[in-house]
Amino acid sequence: MGGTMNLLIGLSLGLSLMALGSSRLPSIIRAAAFQGMILGTLPLLLEQEFHWLVVAVAIGTIVVKGFIIPNLLRRALRAAKIDREVEPLVGFVPSLLLGAAAVIGAAALGNALPLRPEHTGTLLVPGSFATVVCGFILLVARTKAISQVCGYLILENGIYLFGLLLINSTPLLVEAGILLDLTVAVFVIGIIVDRIQREFDTLDTRKLTTLRE
Amino acid sequence: MKELSLIAIPLLAAGAAFLWPNERTRPWLLPVAGGLHTLLALWLLIDPPALATGAWFGFDPLARAVLPMVSLLFLVCSMYGVTYLSIRAERKNRVFVTALLVMLGLLSLALQAQNLGLLWVAAEATTLVTVPLLHFNGTARAFEASWKYLLVGGTGIALSLLGSFCLGYASLVGNGHGDLTFTSLVAQGASLSRPWLITAWVLLLAGYGTKMGLAPMHTWKPDAYGEAPGMVGALLAGGTTTMAFVAILRVKQVVDAAGAGAMTERTLLAFGLFSMFVAALFLLTTPDYKRMLAYSSVEHMGILAVGAALGGTGLWAALFHVWTNALTKGALFLSAGNIRRAAGAQTADKVAGMAWRSPASARILIVGILAVTACPPFGVFFSELKIILAIFLANHTFAAVAFLGCLLFAFFGMTRLVFAIVDGRPRNAALATGQKLRETPGVILPPLVFLAFSLWLGLATPSLLREVWTAATNLLSPTP
Repeated sequence: MGGTMNLLIGLSLGLSLMALGSSRLPSIIRAAAFQGMILGTLPLLLEQEFHWLVVAVAIGTIVVKGFIIPNLLRRALRAAKIDREVEPLVGFVPSLLLGAAAVIGAAALGNALPLRPEHTGTLLVPGSFATVVCGFILLVARTKAISQVCGYLILENGIYLFGLLLINSTPLLVEAGILLDLTVAVFVIGIIVDRIQREFDTLDTRKLTTLRE
Repeated sequence: MKELSLIAIPLLAAGAAFLWPNERTRPWLLPVAGGLHTLLALWLLIDPPALATGAWFGFDPLARAVLPMVSLLFLVCSMYGVTYLSIRAERKNRVFVTALLVMLGLLSLALQAQNLGLLWVAAEATTLVTVPLLHFNGTARAFEASWKYLLVGGTGIALSLLGSFCLGYASLVGNGHGDLTFTSLVAQGASLSRPWLITAWVLLLAGYGTKMGLAPMHTWKPDAYGEAPGMVGALLAGGTTTMAFVAILRVKQVVDAAGAGAMTERTLLAFGLFSMFVAALFLLTTPDYKRMLAYSSVEHMGILAVGAALGGTGLWAALFHVWTNALTKGALFLSAGNIRRAAGAQTADKVAGMAWRSPASARILIVGILAVTACPPFGVFFSELKIILAIFLANHTFAAVAFLGCLLFAFFGMTRLVFAIVDGRPRNAALATGQKLRETPGVILPPLVFLAFSLWLGLATPSLLREVWTAATNLLSPTP
């Protein structure tokens, strides 16, 4: 069980780094979506017996993080008519290096912090901190709104990963983390509405100039 | 039951506002709900209910010490709101009114939350519901402001969730149940795992500090306050930030009980003084009088953090300052909003001579600025005086000097800008030939009421409030 889980956490870390190194927005979205789906399956691995609440969390996470949010993001991409991050504040290679440094730092931090016996040997803590930092780097190092939202999504995935440590004691709070996805949804809706509004605005101004003498 | 109604009334009113068919009469739901809410809050202030142990929310001494203020702030702002929305009849107000009422309900929930998780849910929902309020004007600048607010505030709130998880895990590692109710966390005390506790404090302080607007996480504030309608600014500066401050106080209580009080004091003092310093710097240079109010808010959040860091009398003074600052800020935001409408611009290079164009609002703004920069006999003077006394009592001479220096520079900066826009000839020729703004009682009385509150709190602080603040201080820092 621990082995599979660590493999999946490692895979999701790889996806974070992929998002950091990629300039194409669709592949960043895809990385974030895959990561969400992988994380969604983790509660099932963590739990010995099947509890309906845990299954519900898993399904909800996979649907929201893996399908709904990425689809919204793709719609925003179409509305904004862009697919590349042209001028990032921090270049792709430096952000990758920063991400790698974050992974090492998180591993060190994870070793320094005490764990419950059932969590020793898992990568949950270092994986979570590394993912949070990778998301944060993407958030501040990119200029395009959609890459920033993907950064937020990855940051949030990291927090969700940490929440798995608590899924037995406070399952409701872990589920409440889904509210963060709502934040992402508001972001994306913001982008779409902004695009639509701008188009309306230009139409309106054109009308106003035709009425003028 | 009454404490539940504090949450239910605004939410029900929000539902009604959403379904209400008439644009013109809908804003009246604001003062109706605000009035009921205030009545209930004052009732609870006078006659507090017994607190159920282990409950997820309740009207505990800390909620009692701040919630009535938020209620009063909302009521007066809502009266302003009725006139404001009738002036701005060109904008649809369904979402705006609904969001305002939901915000009041969520603030009541957050201030009464006795569970870290519930507190987080309320704080997160407040963040989301603020977005349409900031975007009310629908301009590109408003969009930018709401975007930045959501990005910075959203990251902050995400960090505070991570911090809450860490605190829960600290309890689990310390062989607790991971129960995030504050009483049980405090009861667990020193058995909370120390490394996780420190991680949690750092993350929660960064997270809720962002919501509160402590420097260097304050960057959303100038944009949001600059672009939002005045009444929204007043509610953010007095309501949302108070919620975040209460969250920090509650977490501090847990961390202190676990025996890491020295760390919380040092970090809060550092963040507080740094916020005051940054705010003073920006106050000296900003040309925009609405952004000025944001930096003033950063400054006062710093003052609150310093007060909270000192504990005991400092904490008492900080709770006092929560009231004086929020209610004085109300007058400033509302009068600045009036001036913004009369002038059509908000920077000193475009606005001048407002004493002629909007005489009443300009006068309120001047008096308000003097009140907020701690001129006696307004409330802010007395609360800041108490904090300074507490700093001296704690023998932090350097902190006291820095504190006073920042206050002085903030005073220079704010009076500089305010007199620049109030005095002189109206700058814009087109505006100068136009008529004066009609300053109806609807937009003048609410800020005057705020000033009256500020004066009243300063000259005759009700003994009931003093007792309530003492009770909250005793709850949070048991050793006097």
